[in-house]
Amino acid sequence: MSVAWAFDAILAGTVLGVAAWIVVARETFAAVAGFIAYGLLLALVWVRLAAPDVALTEAAIGGGVTGVLLLGAAARLRGGATVPDVWPAAPLRLVAGALCTVIAAALAAVVLLLPEPAPTLAPQAAAALPATGLGNPVTGVLMAYRALDTLLEKVVLVLALIGVWSLAQDASWGGVPGPQGRAARAPDALVFLARLLPPVGIVVAVYLLWLGADEPGGAFQGGALLAAMWILMMMAGLAASPAVSDRRLRLALVVGPAVFLAIGLAGFFSAGAFLAYPEPWAKPLIVLVEAAKIVSVAAALALLVAGPPQRSPR
Amino acid sequence: MILDLFSLLAIAAGGFFFLAGTVGLLRFPDPLTRLHALTKADNLGLGLVVLGLLPRVDWPQGGLKLIVVWLLVLLTGATVGQLVARVAQRPGPRP
Amino acid sequence: MPRRAAPAMADLLLAAACFVLVMVALGLVRILRGPTVADRIMAAQLLGTGGIATLLLIGAATGMPAAVDVALALALLAAFASAALAYGTEGPDDPGATDRG
Repeated sequence: MSVAWAFDAILAGTVLGVAAWIVVARETFAAVAGFIAYGLLLALVWVRLAAPDVALTEAAIGGGVTGVLLLGAAARLRGGATVPDVWPAAPLRLVAGALCTVIAAALAAVVLLLPEPAPTLAPQAAAALPATGLGNPVTGVLMAYRALDTLLEKVVLVLALIGVWSLAQDASWGGVPGPQGRAARAPDALVFLARLLPPVGIVVAVYLLWLGADEPGGAFQGGALLAAMWILMMMAGLAASPAVSDRRLRLALVVGPAVFLAIGLAGFFSAGAFLAYPEPWAKPLIVLVEAAKIVSVAAALALLVAGPPQRSPR
Repeated sequence: MILDLFSLLAIAAGGFFFLAGTVGLLRFPDPLTRLHALTKADNLGLGLVVLGLLPRVDWPQGGLKLIVVWLLVLLTGATVGQLVARVAQRPGPRP
Repeated sequence: MPRRAAPAMADLLLAAACFVLVMVALGLVRILRGPTVADRIMAAQLLGTGGIATLLLIGAATGMPAAVDVALALALLAAFASAALAYGTEGPDDPGATDRG
């Protein structure tokens, strides 16, 4: 299969090239643009590795949400201008480079020296899947076998958001994210895009959520896509960033982990263990948790990008 | 068999447009002209690739999804082109 | 793309995907080197079109229908990223930020 080999080689080379470029880029803005390209390119790598779920998440988070987060951070640090960084001293850079190389080599060795066939639980996971009513083994792992990890991840997301909010000054606690003087009108093209994309984005996000039970997809990917759409609307001025003390916002953030936790606790009585699902109800409960999850993930990610409150509450 | 040939021809034509777009990207002297090469030629290349892949998917979901992808890229490409052109036209020495 | 393509067809589709990927790589080299800010923003757009074409071709070659879903998400997100990059560079004192665009 030499064509496949050539394709993989070119893909790997491109990814490494972009990564190297990001590291040596002189301006933060250029590095962020490269990072976004890198995230979108990694989605291709994941598809090539037969992991479409991860590809969806990588495109949404790496190529979308994190990229914009970095953009906002860079702008905040430099007041919006794209001036070159101050580079750290040469010995420090050398040590950092050596450390990174050692870690990369160790990871490569671990992956390449795996015994063939690599030890895996995939057959057992697939065999137990019909009991959950799901068709997608990734969702089965996330929501049934390792549901505890997923629950804790959702809580961590909320905690991270609280951490970001805690960076606000006392005067603007409870206020609205976003800098003070953002009175300039967004360009018409951006407003058009912000009117065109979110409806499509919402449909695709719900489609991904629904699809996640049996095909690659899921609540996290859908939530990240929804967050991207909301951020777009906030950029274009079509949606105001909500104040962090807004009750409905806090409810939206909490509903995902809360529903998950409630169903988990109910598992004590209905199926005998925390986060256990009674067998005929497994799929409806999982879908319910995913539906609550998508709201929380979307809200949390969008607000993480919006940043700490900077204007006092109205 | 005929459909396979049609697919290959359409995809080859799409590849040709990608080539044209990339040549433009590499050789045009100015960000605006490079933007033009990128958004117009690559979009058309993608459209032809989608056209070539349509006979290979099951209708209606697969085909509709492909067409939606292409329409999205077309619409957003045009809009993003506008936005990037505004950035390109700003005066002043930006790095 | 429900059925895995016949081996000859799969190879051809994969070769087409390879070709588009090479185009994307060449474009990236030019774009990331490009001196102006506008050039850098085009990286997201390039991956939006070329990357999606590559994805669709790989999906057809290896019989992975989920690749179309990833392409759909990629289309939305590449547009979003391009818009964020373009708008994110406009400061409040920019002449372009206050006209009707």
